[in-house]
Amino acid sequence: MKTTIEPFWWSLFGAGGTLAALFIPITLIINGLAIPLGWLDAPAYENVLQLARHPLARTYLFLLISLSFYHWAHRFRFTLYDGLQLKHLNLLIAVICYGGATVGTIAAGYTLINL
Amino acid sequence: MSANPQHTPYHPRWYRASMPIFWWMRRWIHARFILRELTSIFVAGYALVYLLQLRALGLGPEAYARFLDLLRSPLSISLHGVSLVFVIYHSITWFNLAPRALALRIGDRRVPDKVIAGLNFVAWISISAALAWVTLKG
Repeated sequence: MKTTIEPFWWSLFGAGGTLAALFIPITLIINGLAIPLGWLDAPAYENVLQLARHPLARTYLFLLISLSFYHWAHRFRFTLYDGLQLKHLNLLIAVICYGGATVGTIAAGYTLINL
Repeated sequence: MSANPQHTPYHPRWYRASMPIFWWMRRWIHARFILRELTSIFVAGYALVYLLQLRALGLGPEAYARFLDLLRSPLSISLHGVSLVFVIYHSITWFNLAPRALALRIGDRRVPDKVIAGLNFVAWISISAALAWVTLKG
């Protein structure tokens, strides 16, 4: 069971790592630093909403957010095993990590459908 | 029964070298590995902040304005500053490892690692510029 599902988690980890590496730094710079610090003007509410509601934007946002969560789940799981020597808590850690990412994915889907 | 039941000449034991919890702090190369793995916390952390921003967007203009106010707080700015260092570290280490995950061949020659990593960095810069343009125009 464990050996058959491992490549599945790895593929989510890999896809999330790539999307996050390409898209998160610029998103963070714009939304988390440049606009709040006043280096850039915040786009108008209506325009942001309209842009985010586009089907392509919704799909992109869903994949970026959900896969970033699964990327974390897989990597953090092994960091706990190796870094903190918690191999004996294998199942509990896996459930918390992948379960957390799944909850985040459902929240992202719900938020984006109702946008 | 022997006089000393605990002792046998060949008492079986597992060999397990005990490792201290912070073993990875002893050498820089190990600490760097753990730091790279910890970037995932900042990746997911920012994904969560971004999701909350989208939620505020869906709740209406007032909720969205309140969220933007929150982003202006010194705490938020500091957390975003620290997170930026980690997510950039994630991108750099990720693209440098890409050649190991993806062995491309043209004919029977393997595409050099530096070319694959280089293409990833070019894609990163182009996407960042394009996304900045779309966001600021929108």
